[in-house]
Amino acid sequence: MSGSDAIPEFNKSKSGGSGEVGVTNMSAMTSGPGIQSLREVIAIVLVAVVVIGGTELLLNLFQVPQYIMPAPSLIFMALITEFPLIAPHLGHTLVELVSGFSIGACIGLILAAVITQFPFAEKIITPYVLLLVTTPMLALVPLLILRFGFGYTPRIIAVALAAGPMVMINAATGFRRVDRGKIALARSYGASTLQIFWKIRAPMALPMILVGLMVGSIFGLLTAVGAEMVGGGFGLGNRLTSYSSMIQMPQFFAVVLILSILGILIYVLFFLIGKKWASWEA
Amino acid sequence: MTMRERGLAVMGQRDVANPKLQVREATKVYPTASGDLVAIDRCTLDVHAGEIVSIVGPSGCGKTTLLWSMSGLHGLTSGEVLLDGKKITGPSPEIGMVFQDANLLPWRNLRSNILFPFEIKREKPDHDWIAKLTNRVGLEGFDARMPRELSGGMQQRAALVRALSFKPSVLLMDEPFGALDAFTREEMNHLVEEIYLDTKTTIVLITHSIEEAIFLSDRIIVMSPRPGRIAKEYKVPFERPRSFEIMATKEVFDLTNAIKADIVGAQVSKSRSAVRPAVYAAH
Repeated sequence: MSGSDAIPEFNKSKSGGSGEVGVTNMSAMTSGPGIQSLREVIAIVLVAVVVIGGTELLLNLFQVPQYIMPAPSLIFMALITEFPLIAPHLGHTLVELVSGFSIGACIGLILAAVITQFPFAEKIITPYVLLLVTTPMLALVPLLILRFGFGYTPRIIAVALAAGPMVMINAATGFRRVDRGKIALARSYGASTLQIFWKIRAPMALPMILVGLMVGSIFGLLTAVGAEMVGGGFGLGNRLTSYSSMIQMPQFFAVVLILSILGILIYVLFFLIGKKWASWEA
Repeated sequence: MTMRERGLAVMGQRDVANPKLQVREATKVYPTASGDLVAIDRCTLDVHAGEIVSIVGPSGCGKTTLLWSMSGLHGLTSGEVLLDGKKITGPSPEIGMVFQDANLLPWRNLRSNILFPFEIKREKPDHDWIAKLTNRVGLEGFDARMPRELSGGMQQRAALVRALSFKPSVLLMDEPFGALDAFTREEMNHLVEEIYLDTKTTIVLITHSIEEAIFLSDRIIVMSPRPGRIAKEYKVPFERPRSFEIMATKEVFDLTNAIKADIVGAQVSKSRSAVRPAVYAAH
């Protein structure tokens, strides 16, 4: 995964927009690892079997106690037997994630689209957005709980606060990529400002918007789980604290596994969207 | 184009009394941090219907500024541009633009790029005409290709089709083939002439290549370095269709040298006055 681990520089093509500060690059999504042949599949499966089987063997061999690290087989068993109990909590986390992310992303996108049209306003607002991006929104959760109680509300707000600025800052980078030639092209056919926005600016910004949505949703997931760990009686984060306090490590790791899968699914979703709609950039 | 104009064009004469495009005392000043920059200074120029006019000149002499003013893409500080006697205040459906590099939208396939003007204008495209143009430039069967899958020459052909798709009466070309290799460039020049002979579209072409200007134009306008003024005008007397064999004749040789001397001379005298070494990049 060396190609995706690094934070590649943003591809400065002919657009030449000033100060492009991409958090990550579309190429991390569009040129991700693709499975090419049967040989690769076999190698991937083989390595997985060796890693998982090896872990199982080593844990048994050294008789590592379950509360330190349960064997993969135990985790897998726990995942199957406990899933009916965990599923509702997965549902709660998804509700928080989806609603919080939708709210945050919408506000972030609209702000980015509007702000980039007014460079002066952008200069004033950007530091605050950066502050929101760099401050872990988890820090606000205790305060939010104090104000809104232990329900969905504080978590959804936290998720929106975590995802929104991330979406905004990336989308703004996208919208700032002004290609004078392409705008002139549209204008030469008599395009209106609105048409220029939808037919030129928006498609040009799309790759960066998708990057923002992906990073934002992952940040949202982190924040949702973190907020659930702080307080409240439901959600996957709550399960984590609950299982670990009862030293039910197989169940604990089953939840961790579910979270990993959730993260990967989000990545794959945006990878596929990027492949369909933003592959022209790679 | 009226019957009368068409008749005149076919007869190789021009309606001198009613130029297609009139540039009157066009001046464009860009305010910059270090003071005003005069890009073009009182340029006056007539382009007649069915004529190909090239504008050549040293880099930064305001050729593009002049062309963009003709297209209505930006206004003038003073002076005016008239199209068919009417003042241009914004982009006109009578004018097609071909930009530096092909300027295709990379997220749209070839077909969708060619139809882009109609999408903006909210008009129904003339599919027969577009199919004819597409075949003419040899792009049939490439509809679904994305721009990055096409060579530079193919991209510029697509841009040409896009510009002609809505049948403009004037085609403005801004160094359209500068990024292409010499062979592709010659090919494109032939193509432009063919299309011109078919459609009798009035063409204004900005180019860095004197050869290209001579091969394509009826008239060549030489501009002086900044502030851009119209320095000289040459008539190119060859019959159409032209072949590249004319490029080896003495007439062309002399014409090329004369134009080169105009451009380089102006450049050198300007550089000397500014006590700077002459940096000249015509190609």
